[in-house]
Amino acid sequence: MQTIIENLQKHFQVVSYHQQRENLGFLIASKEVAVGLITHLRDYEGFAHLVLLTAVDWIEDEHFQLTYLLHHPEKKVDLGVRVMISRENAEMYSIHHLWEQARTYQRELREMFGINFPGSPNVDKPFILEGWEDIPPYRRDFDTKKYSEETYFPRPGRETHDPAEYMKKKLYPNE
Amino acid sequence: MSKKLLKWNEDRTLFPEKNSEGKIDVDYSSHKFMKIWHGPQHPGITGNMSLELTLLGDEVMDCETHVGYLHRGFEKLMERRKYIQCFPIVCRVAVPEPDFNEYCFASAMEELAGIEIPEAAEWLRTLVLEMSRLQSYLAWIGGQAGALGQGIIGQWTIYLRDLILDRFEELTGGRIYHMYMLPGGVRGLLPDGFRERMTQNLDDIDKFMKDVKKVMFDNYVFKKRTVGMGVIDPAWIHPFGITGPNARAAGVAKDVRKDNPYLKYPELDFEPVVGKDSDIYTRADVRRRDLLMTVDLIRQIMAKIPDKGDIRAKTPNVLHWKVPAGETYSRAECTRGEYGYYMVSDGTEYPRRINVRGPSYTHAVALLEKMIVNANIADVAGLMVSLHTYPPEIER
Repeated sequence: MQTIIENLQKHFQVVSYHQQRENLGFLIASKEVAVGLITHLRDYEGFAHLVLLTAVDWIEDEHFQLTYLLHHPEKKVDLGVRVMISRENAEMYSIHHLWEQARTYQRELREMFGINFPGSPNVDKPFILEGWEDIPPYRRDFDTKKYSEETYFPRPGRETHDPAEYMKKKLYPNE
Repeated sequence: MSKKLLKWNEDRTLFPEKNSEGKIDVDYSSHKFMKIWHGPQHPGITGNMSLELTLLGDEVMDCETHVGYLHRGFEKLMERRKYIQCFPIVCRVAVPEPDFNEYCFASAMEELAGIEIPEAAEWLRTLVLEMSRLQSYLAWIGGQAGALGQGIIGQWTIYLRDLILDRFEELTGGRIYHMYMLPGGVRGLLPDGFRERMTQNLDDIDKFMKDVKKVMFDNYVFKKRTVGMGVIDPAWIHPFGITGPNARAAGVAKDVRKDNPYLKYPELDFEPVVGKDSDIYTRADVRRRDLLMTVDLIRQIMAKIPDKGDIRAKTPNVLHWKVPAGETYSRAECTRGEYGYYMVSDGTEYPRRINVRGPSYTHAVALLEKMIVNANIADVAGLMVSLHTYPPEIER
């Protein structure tokens, strides 16, 4: 894995690299170089399989982290490319031309996090939610509990417990 | 008139005409095209999803997969729960194989927390994962046969699956959702007499599978409808992210158990089952042979599994467990392909982000939408089941 990173650093600016375990590492790249770096990894380093593309909302730092997890079928190693993008008007370059399934991931990220991928096919078309008008639900500032209380009415005779307190009372009453 | 209608134009390249982009110009006002919804309530659909099909006669011209009928927002729900409270949620992501979710979640958490589980727990986890694979394949065979009109196969294999569910109930207390793997290990050792009963069940499955082979796989109608149908080009494997039996049927020996071994798989003797022709029949046959290999693996595991020993590593109080900050990805080979959990911890008692990577995410959307074009409407169900798609892992 170290050789791959050294090769990569010759062509691209890698902000940082962290080896999670022997066959898994994560690097951080800037938004501008990310798609070129991922293309290089696919075409020259042999990371042919896109395992997943997802986002993490770091609301306190006002950015989203996009994680592109790539797998090398011959060397059996995984490399996660992490890209930080601003939460405000969140937008990222599309990779739908590299992997067919990327358009589905991007469509989901558009819907669930509000991250736009200009040029990605059907990116604005609802994927899982239909007629959703609230803020994108997987953002940290979307309160699921508040949404449920406002949207659904409580059924009479039904008790609600806070799971953490209820478990503590049942399992560890003396702690 | 009737003769004319039934006459099949052998030169399919002329019918219908394609535009300069190689696609069909769909004009509904011409009354030649029809749009139908295949699912979500349809016996030939797997789970709660639907296919929006555009037909010309009985030929599919265009397809769009629609999911979201079972969206429960599990990934978001988990961000509001402590790690231990996520366990009853993760298994519900995939009904046919809840144990792969439990394993991936537990192993990702253990990796971040730096916990090593005892050897007996590793064996028991391996056993449970293989039992899960076995019952999932048995349910799938019934679905594949049923989609092509062979109802009896499903009755046999669902009976066999119930035998495995009995063993699950005995070992874990639950038939479908087990919540057996917890962070640090598993909940219990094998009950008395479990081995004998399991051995008997495996013998029964071996016997029935010979009949299934004769009635289903050697059946003229089944062959006629599946050989040469729904071929996955081996060149699509990486561009579409195809894994599991769908890739192995195309001759690509992708199997996480071999490629990135986990638990006790390095100590077991097996080789990934691969096929050649990559059509529906080959995929079904790869799964049948994989099922038989699973039976063999369970026998191997039963011979090696210890009766005694620690099954839980020491962990912090689960209600106040702050998993160290970091991120990781844990994967396992399920019956449909690569199953994985991407976990991010910010050092608090709650997971920051969990992303479930289900194999159906790629198989049921990008791949199915490509493969189904030019298929006959009668083959849609068989084609879809042959990819072994499962919608809840798409929408989580």
